[in-house]
Amino acid sequence: MEAPILSVRQLTVDFSTDAGNFRAVDGLTFDIPKGKTVALVGESGSGKSVTAQAILQILSKKARITNGSLLFNDPSNGGSIDIAALPAESDAMHALRGGRIAMIFQEPMTSLSPLHTIGDQISEALMIHADVDQATANQRTMDVLNRVGFPDPKRALRTYPFELSGGLRQRAMIAMALITRPALLIADEPTTALDVTTQAQILDLIKELQVETGMSVLLITHDLGVVANVADEVVVMYRGRIMEAGSRENIFRNAQHPYLQALMRAVPRFAMAEHERLTPIREVKSARLASADAPKLVQQAGPILKVERLTKSFTLRSGWFSGKTREIRAVSEVDLALPAGKTLGLVGESGCGKTTVSKMIMRAITPDAGKVLFDDGTGPKDVHKLEGEALTTYRRSVQFIFQDPFSSLNPRMTVYELLTEPLRIHDIGTSDERYERVKHLLEMVGLDQRALRRYPHSFSGGQRQRLGIARALALEPRVLLCDEPVSALDVSVQAQVLNLLKDLQAALGLSYLFVSHNLAVVDYIADTIAVMCRGYIVEEAPKSSLFRNPVHPYTQALLAAVPDPDIDRPLDFTKLRTGRFSQPSEWPEPFRIQPGEFGVMKEIEPGHKVRMGRLSAREAA
Amino acid sequence: MIRFLLRRTVTMAVTLLIISALVFFIIKLPPGDFLTNQIAELRAQGESASIAKAEFLIRQYGLDKPAWEQYLVWLGVMPGPNGFSGLLQGDWGWSFEYDKPVVDVVGDALWLTLLVNLAVVIFIHLVAIPIAIYSATRQYSVGDYIATFIGYIGLATPSFLLALILLYYMNRWFGISIGGLYDAQYAGEPWSWPKIQSLLSHLVVPTVVIGLGGTAAMIRRMRANLLDELGKQYYVTAKAKGLGPTKALLKYPFRMSLNPFIADIGNLLPQLVSGSVLVSLVLSLPTVGPILLSALKSQDQFLAGFILMFVAVLTVVGMLVSDLLLAWLDPRIRMGGAR
Repeated sequence: MEAPILSVRQLTVDFSTDAGNFRAVDGLTFDIPKGKTVALVGESGSGKSVTAQAILQILSKKARITNGSLLFNDPSNGGSIDIAALPAESDAMHALRGGRIAMIFQEPMTSLSPLHTIGDQISEALMIHADVDQATANQRTMDVLNRVGFPDPKRALRTYPFELSGGLRQRAMIAMALITRPALLIADEPTTALDVTTQAQILDLIKELQVETGMSVLLITHDLGVVANVADEVVVMYRGRIMEAGSRENIFRNAQHPYLQALMRAVPRFAMAEHERLTPIREVKSARLASADAPKLVQQAGPILKVERLTKSFTLRSGWFSGKTREIRAVSEVDLALPAGKTLGLVGESGCGKTTVSKMIMRAITPDAGKVLFDDGTGPKDVHKLEGEALTTYRRSVQFIFQDPFSSLNPRMTVYELLTEPLRIHDIGTSDERYERVKHLLEMVGLDQRALRRYPHSFSGGQRQRLGIARALALEPRVLLCDEPVSALDVSVQAQVLNLLKDLQAALGLSYLFVSHNLAVVDYIADTIAVMCRGYIVEEAPKSSLFRNPVHPYTQALLAAVPDPDIDRPLDFTKLRTGRFSQPSEWPEPFRIQPGEFGVMKEIEPGHKVRMGRLSAREAA
Repeated sequence: MIRFLLRRTVTMAVTLLIISALVFFIIKLPPGDFLTNQIAELRAQGESASIAKAEFLIRQYGLDKPAWEQYLVWLGVMPGPNGFSGLLQGDWGWSFEYDKPVVDVVGDALWLTLLVNLAVVIFIHLVAIPIAIYSATRQYSVGDYIATFIGYIGLATPSFLLALILLYYMNRWFGISIGGLYDAQYAGEPWSWPKIQSLLSHLVVPTVVIGLGGTAAMIRRMRANLLDELGKQYYVTAKAKGLGPTKALLKYPFRMSLNPFIADIGNLLPQLVSGSVLVSLVLSLPTVGPILLSALKSQDQFLAGFILMFVAVLTVVGMLVSDLLLAWLDPRIRMGGAR
């Protein structure tokens, strides 16, 4: 058998902290075979990124490789080096780093310097390792940019990273890593920050390049769907140790270790049964829910929240020196209806306008046209015309749950202050009553009341998100707007929070507008799903019929791009390769929408509506 | 770009106009002026000939007119006793205290001030940047602590005190007098090679004394900026490419950490003139600082007004320069918002 590219043996990495030594990686042993992809899987904090940094010797100053070896067998010259024995700043290490072993990172936003052009940063990687002049380097850079799919490589040389979309930036990172033709590519969560369709394209690109160059890939990820689609071998890590390792077939068909089994049960999948429940790795008990006093609900005739032909444009100024401005239509004639006690999922890629819609419902932004109607049982009223007492009541009835549990809680307030703040603002109850209410809220979200005196920083991400939910519930709202509430959380915690939201809805009769880019998550929690693209709602349907029969090309692409943690349902890369699903003017007839037009929604089966172009709609009529 | 420059020029002109009004009226705020004070003094001594001259000057410069009229004449938009003759026409006015035109009083001092302070700025950057880089890359090492400690001492030491101490010991140990900017024998002489040599050797001590506080402050700020940038992902990317540590540091985080200092150029220019007054007094440097101080004390209004306006022009121009430099160096500012 051929020697593996990299043999990791008994790798141990220690961090020295104020509180003493901390072992981040503990006796790790695995091989990366030539030309194969090995996936390193685990929750955050499991030591997977530290392993990658150890291989390149770019650990932070506090960390040290204390034991073990990293044997790198370079196929180009047959040499064999123990990386762990090399000093971090030796010439040999510099030659390996970026030359024979390259790395791409999670955040394409911050991984490139904003002050240097793409061309400069990519050609630099080549010029460090090969003896070429700038002109040759530029030529090679254009070749590699062309290969990773830049439409105009010559122009790309002079482009700055912030002028590019997230997907193109990650392509530039890949170009930078691959220009030296490395034997091993380390990809640290390469697609986590990207939209699903972009993610599929980037994964496809990495696979293609791997076939072309015969390199090996070490893929670090927490997404089992990605693993199921691209990995040859899987190593599952937990707290710095290997829990389970083996071929993809073995791992997915026959998971042995309880941790891996639990991890698989915690991820939402498309093929889930109607009332199947996710099982979080660490279950949280919510004490009060069964006995929670459901508020006395007034039944309204129609939906509790209705959005009619909502439209919003933003004006952009282009550049510092020019006075030119540009109009961008962020939201185009959006119609939505949220029935009481139900969940409406709003799905779309970043920048499609879903957050703008939720902000207009909150009355944080004023729409250019259209109405937001709220019905608390006394008939629908236009939210943007409310004043005085009626407005205060509305504010109390609709609350927001934010995406980032770290920045949405004031670090200088205790949990008690955070949770009572809404009550104080609306002047509800005496201080004793508030105390009782807060204790109750904490029990509802499954936190101990000892948490009251603590500050947010002493809680984990999942606990903080539950605090955020408790705060939103403080005013007994009727509607919760959840803006990507689980996308900043680890898979293991995601299940906890989703289950909590479901239980709260059942107990309190809440209505949710659930905004997310993750289709599997929306599928798990929503009753009706609206798909949004470039400011348009392109398709809206009850979830069963949307997933059974997606009609709009964008919905189809979106569904096809979600990697399922099920090796029998692989991604269809060829279908996604063709490219431009998010350009309304390039959708096939009858869906094409020309710039300036809105198109019309057409009902194709009960409750299932699709947006059509004007032209075809007229023909049909 | 052209539109941007035009817009900026207009706002600069408006800003300067407002500043000139403020400057003039604040100088005029205390009761009386240089000449009336002088006349009162002369009366007490009973010198009628000088009084006649002073009264002639009052009429000559219109000091008997209302303040707003004096202001407009000073600015040069209203005819005074000599027709249109004010700042706009390039007539800086008359210094009563020195009994000379303001141009002659300020002349050499202005250029020497700029020279001294330019030397200070260069000194600060040459010393502070390497120390800051050392301290940031070796955070919490012995060297970092020593640099930090010396930095705090530099911040805390009053520069005039240091000037006095150096003045004494330099003379005692090396027998050189460091007062003034050149040896006494060259005063009033035309510029010659020996005079320049003398100037350069006298420049060393004032530069170090004036620069010390600034150096210490710059080390602290640069270190903090760099530490922020060193934690950024793009630096890890640069290292993962195989760049050596020094090159990676200078090309990426260092360049990013320079931005606040470029933005500071606007503040730096006026400091070149108005800073270091105390040290100049102690070391008896022929710079503008002491002249401004005495002009303000004696209400020598045209002299004080001119120096203050000069500083204002430097500030406004400095801001423009730093904005243009920022746009040139940072593509995010140059093309920002276009995305």
